[in-house]
Amino acid sequence: MIPELGNVALIIAFSLSVILGTLPLIGASRGNALWIGLARPLAAGIFVFLSVCLLILGYSFVTDDFSVAFVAQHSNTMLPLEYKITAVWGGHEGSFLFWTWMLAGWMLAVGIFSKAMPDDFVARVLGVMGLICVGYTLFMIATSNPFDRILPLPPTDGADLNSALQDFGFIVHPPMLYMGYVGFSVVFAFAIAALLSGRLDSAWARWSRPWANVAWGILTLGIALGSWWAYYELGWGGWWAWDPVENPPMITWLLGTALIHSLAVTEKRGVFKSWTVLLAIMAFAASLLGTFITRSGLLTSVHAFATDPTRGVYILGFLAVIVGGSLLLFAVRAPLMKSELTFGPLSREVFLLSNNIILVVSSAAILLGTLYPMVYQAMSGGELISVGPPYFNLIFVPLMVVLAVFLGIGATSRWKKTSTEYLRKQLTKVAIASVLLGLVLPLVFTLEFSIGASLAVALAFWVMLAMLTDMINKVSNKDSALAGLKSLSLSYWGMQIAHFGFAVILTGAALTSIYSIEKSVLLQPGQSVMLGDYEFKFNGMRPVRGPNFVAEEGSFDVIKDGNYQRELNPQKRIYVASGNPSTEMAIDAGLFRDLFITLGDPRGEGAWSMTVYVKPFVRWVWLGSIFMALGGFVAISDKRYRRFRVKKESLLETAAAPVLQS
Amino acid sequence: MKPHRQKKLAILIFISAGLAIATGLSLYALSTNIDLFFTPSQIAKGEVIEGQRIRIGGMVKEGSIIHAQDSLQVSFITTDFSNDLTVQYQGILPDLFREGQGVVAEGMVAGGVFQASRVLAKHDENYMSVEVKAAMDAAEKQRGTGGT
Repeated sequence: MIPELGNVALIIAFSLSVILGTLPLIGASRGNALWIGLARPLAAGIFVFLSVCLLILGYSFVTDDFSVAFVAQHSNTMLPLEYKITAVWGGHEGSFLFWTWMLAGWMLAVGIFSKAMPDDFVARVLGVMGLICVGYTLFMIATSNPFDRILPLPPTDGADLNSALQDFGFIVHPPMLYMGYVGFSVVFAFAIAALLSGRLDSAWARWSRPWANVAWGILTLGIALGSWWAYYELGWGGWWAWDPVENPPMITWLLGTALIHSLAVTEKRGVFKSWTVLLAIMAFAASLLGTFITRSGLLTSVHAFATDPTRGVYILGFLAVIVGGSLLLFAVRAPLMKSELTFGPLSREVFLLSNNIILVVSSAAILLGTLYPMVYQAMSGGELISVGPPYFNLIFVPLMVVLAVFLGIGATSRWKKTSTEYLRKQLTKVAIASVLLGLVLPLVFTLEFSIGASLAVALAFWVMLAMLTDMINKVSNKDSALAGLKSLSLSYWGMQIAHFGFAVILTGAALTSIYSIEKSVLLQPGQSVMLGDYEFKFNGMRPVRGPNFVAEEGSFDVIKDGNYQRELNPQKRIYVASGNPSTEMAIDAGLFRDLFITLGDPRGEGAWSMTVYVKPFVRWVWLGSIFMALGGFVAISDKRYRRFRVKKESLLETAAAPVLQS
Repeated sequence: MKPHRQKKLAILIFISAGLAIATGLSLYALSTNIDLFFTPSQIAKGEVIEGQRIRIGGMVKEGSIIHAQDSLQVSFITTDFSNDLTVQYQGILPDLFREGQGVVAEGMVAGGVFQASRVLAKHDENYMSVEVKAAMDAAEKQRGTGGT
């Protein structure tokens, strides 16, 4: 009975979305205040009913209602409570409900935090999001209903949650990633609303920026959490694999990064309007493409859900309608977006434009590599190929190097016009210092020369010293250093923190790729293996029991320079319900290096195969991501985004415009 | 030409040049970095050049996994039920690698044996990789035509 209520709630949410996707939009174009006023309550209503759906699905999991097909496929009576609850997003149907609920959450947030904007604009934003929500809820009802039953003979126990998912990372990574992903639909809706209403001005950019930054910051954290989780759970010793399903979030992230920079220019200088709108459309399209790739099963990936072609066709159709419709609107409204170019060939605008081009090109290259196998298969009549990490690294690494170089110049240059003289004066010392530090530092710490490491360290210093130069310039104009620091705006601090994060990631990614070492060995109890400065001594195995698994746990002593450091305990688990094995690696995490051990399988006389790793600087990749996200959040705490500015006249203005009036 | 038009043109040229270079580089990188996929039957027919980096896929034949007792050397047979291919691998196999299940391996053919540099197994009970499924279907078709 309860799951049927969920079904009813889902249908109500769909109906409300249909109303939200039509009446407020029409109301906004005709100046009908009543219909405009419907937007906020409808958004709240959709959120309430989708929350009911989610709670009911959660209830079915907690009460082990295996007559619900989705529960039967993804849970088990022995599954610990936290995984029963989070198993809601452990498969296609539930995760899509969760995704749609996130959209409703963002709609609710827009409804609440939009008091400063004109009501007709909010109605348009929520109306566009309502249309997206129509697509999502209809998709669920038509092809992927999480409340489908197995009747009359439900199984007595469930098939269990995929053992690789039974981990803390699974509790935090999907919600964070989804929240960030779906957040770009807000920015998209803002762009479409601006096109519809014809108000593409710096006020629009100022309203959009907080949403873009929050979505981007959350997506940054979501991707970083995914990388961290894959690192410690999958046990392959890497933190990024260019997997076809990792790529769409990365593409969205790169476009989102371009977007927040372009929005900054639009807000500050009133240029790049059409480009910003286009980026908002592209970022949203990339997030839909991610859904399509994960759920269509066209690509081979560790993330792919069990699949059904009709779903892929539906999402592809939805993607085509949304992107096609937006681009059409974009073309029709293009004359609106004319802006005078008020900047010289050497100016912050131009460097931000370069940043945008590099980011868009890298996302396009990743997209090409991700979709190429599909295209190739279609063109060659079924021949299968795969595009591996070498391709992505070959493209991505040089582009990021160029990006870092431009970042340094862009951060010190001025809006409108910068003289070569000024740039030379500012950056010569920075360039010399960073090259020297890049050459010396890696040598001092590792005693071996590596071009890659030197380049990465030099670039990181280039970025940081250029930032510092700019900050010193700004502060030195004031009476005292303290007054200078106080005069810096929060959005300036946010930018600096995020760019610092970029330098940290750059360093971490390069150094861990260059200096990581690993060794696969077969050890008898009592034997040990040397790797780098560390000795790993294998003491033997003992059986342990978990709530829903049995495991063999190894004991290892880590010894450095003859001194005992600590014990590490990797496990080899067998999940009782599914019989699936799972390797839990043991990690000794540190700011400058990680040690970890993953177990293989037992051989004769107590011997085990295993791989040991020493990975310097790997933490910096995630640490840098945290700085980046933090920067995004700090930037929008700036007080100019909290100012109340209700413009009643805009309502009348747009109502008078002959748009959409038949 | 008006100055602001000139500026616009300069920006457009700048963007298109960037895009052209990037496209060229991407296509070049793609052409040198794709791995073709082969089934055991295709390899048995000699469609593969020895030493070329490829991917293979098939089912792990029951009872075919042999672990060396004193090293990490392992060998197993993949099959598409028409032809078999012996795979040799030095290292630790993934968690879900099992007899009678699908597997995909990266590496090269040397002396009729596949030397794998990486072994990928599926991650989910209900999920068969597109590649393995394609291999199975091809074998199925071949058996059909072979019988008639």
